[in-house]
Amino acid sequence: MIHVSATPVLALRGISKRFGAVQALTDVELEIHPHEVVALVGDNGAGKSTLVKAIAGVGPADEGTLEWEGSPAEINRPHDAQDLGIATVYQDLALCDNLDVVGNLFLGNELRARGILDEVEMERRARELLATLSIRIPSVRIPVASLSGGQRQTVAIARSLLGEPKVVILDEPTAALGVEQTAQVLDLVERLRERGLGVLLISHNMAEVREVCDRVAVLRLGRNNGTFQVSETSQEQIVSAITGATDNVVTRREARTPEVDQ
Amino acid sequence: MTTGTPTEETDGAAKGASTALDPRLLVRQEGFKGYAGDLGRRLRTGELGSVPVVVGLLIIAAVFQLQDSAFLSANNLSDLFIQSAGTGLIAVGIVFVLILGEIDLSVGSVSGMSAAVLAVFNVNQGMNEVLALILAILTGTAAGALHGFFFAKIGVPAFVVTLAGLLGWNGLMLQILGPTGTINLDDDGVVAQLTNHYFSDKIAATGLATVCSLAFLGFSLLDARRRKAAGVPSRPLSEIILRTVVVAVPAFAAAAVFNSYKGLPLAVVIFLGVVLLSDFVLRRTTYGRKVFAVGGSSEAAGRAGINVPMIRITVYAIAGTMAAVGGMFFASQINAANQSSGAGSLLMNCIAAAVIGGTSLFGGRGKTWSALLGALVIQSINSGMALLGTGSAVRDMITGAVLLAAVVIDSVSRRTQKTAGRA
Repeated sequence: MIHVSATPVLALRGISKRFGAVQALTDVELEIHPHEVVALVGDNGAGKSTLVKAIAGVGPADEGTLEWEGSPAEINRPHDAQDLGIATVYQDLALCDNLDVVGNLFLGNELRARGILDEVEMERRARELLATLSIRIPSVRIPVASLSGGQRQTVAIARSLLGEPKVVILDEPTAALGVEQTAQVLDLVERLRERGLGVLLISHNMAEVREVCDRVAVLRLGRNNGTFQVSETSQEQIVSAITGATDNVVTRREARTPEVDQ
Repeated sequence: MTTGTPTEETDGAAKGASTALDPRLLVRQEGFKGYAGDLGRRLRTGELGSVPVVVGLLIIAAVFQLQDSAFLSANNLSDLFIQSAGTGLIAVGIVFVLILGEIDLSVGSVSGMSAAVLAVFNVNQGMNEVLALILAILTGTAAGALHGFFFAKIGVPAFVVTLAGLLGWNGLMLQILGPTGTINLDDDGVVAQLTNHYFSDKIAATGLATVCSLAFLGFSLLDARRRKAAGVPSRPLSEIILRTVVVAVPAFAAAAVFNSYKGLPLAVVIFLGVVLLSDFVLRRTTYGRKVFAVGGSSEAAGRAGINVPMIRITVYAIAGTMAAVGGMFFASQINAANQSSGAGSLLMNCIAAAVIGGTSLFGGRGKTWSALLGALVIQSINSGMALLGTGSAVRDMITGAVLLAAVVIDSVSRRTQKTAGRA
């Protein structure tokens, strides 16, 4: 177990979000520490994507506060999140198929020397980055279209790391991947943790959650439904927290407080 | 770790570069053998590039030469190059639009309109010719930007916007040309010189070929040295020399052809300059990278912080500008602006030139060099048919067939690339 520092790099306090008549999130709490992989799990419609959008600044929360390294922070636009050091990799990877790996990695942040694209430096840095992450790609100069799903995912994650983020949010990175490719991506997630990043991993796959995550935060119907240390929790406990077929101390306490409020 | 890391890989990590390579994957070998192998693999997987058009050009030349030995004469080839400049310049703009994955149907009308603007300001209003020329080109820019605005900001499909432009600008041209319908330009003016001036000194053509070849060699060597210094793969010297020869041979051949007629035509110099400049913009600047990104996936480009509407508007403005520049060359050829300026098969020829040259209709891929190669194909057919005395009916049928062949090659190569996992 890698040491987890006391101050979370990112903490959400009492996040709520409404869409018209739907209360998508109610008083959600979440903490992400450096050197930690936190899984965010929940059934369809539990509010995982809404929470991610709130953190990424795509759909800011209505209520609640956000703490960045212990001090309050505001995220109202995607740019705010990036400036803080939050990188988000969405499920649809947003890669340009026709550009090569280098082109995609630096898209929007191209390096220039005297106004001209500095291809050599970009290629050098790309190879360096991929090498430190042990990402295996046939060549950094082939179009992304020719890569496998797992390789595309690793390229997308690698791209998010170029801005030197402290927190990386991965939205179902393995959803469409085969066994070998999933293994590649999970290896990469572990390497992100080794680099001291806080990782929020959204997943439906309990096996992979138990494989790489340190803690599991469960959302159910827009509320926290328990946070578990993976090492001390069985898969059944997590699944029952997701489905609601659950009866434990954490969920009872969680369930009691907000209901009194309303 | 689920994937076992061989020990050689760990050694490679020290060097930093080779770890990104999966040993199972095809890695290109250094040297000639690697180059040939890589080329063969690219052809098999559908990355045809300029190969079909160069082969096509050679076949066309061979066929016409067998029919009429005047085809490959210096006189005919020189004229052929000059006449392809107008089509080719407009096609350069089309290449930009095609890379976006869009189409511009208005370029013919815009070229005609800008020729009319030039004639009206210069001849009817007595404005300085250079000033009128600049104004005419800017008219094209404005027309293109207007198309881009309606497409990018209002969300009207580009096909419809430019179709409206096709009609509208043609109407405006007829309007400003007035009742006579033809305005003759000054025989010795700047515009007339565009397609009629030759640098007759033999040093001009040979010098240009030398400068181009040496510059290509120099930049290749410089690039290879920088790459070596940065520890990234570079082209071996043998390959650089081979590529330089491939550039130098046609360059000196063309220079010899021009020199055995009237000299280096100004039109060719301008056309070549525009192709080089636009190729540089597309491949070496952030702007070009953004154009390719928007053509590949506008969604991804937008998320990467690229101002997608701005790119779209500027690309249409470039297409409009190039249409106007091409219009100047067509006006120069007939030394007038008339009601048929920019009409007829011009639009189709320009789009065909871009596609025949190898720019994909599906967006995201293309080079401005394809405008040059494609324009040469179109003009070779025109010129050959004129020599043989066949009418425009046969010519149009053949041009149509060549365009169809080019689109078929584009579609098939795209499908091959898909099955080979390269698209």
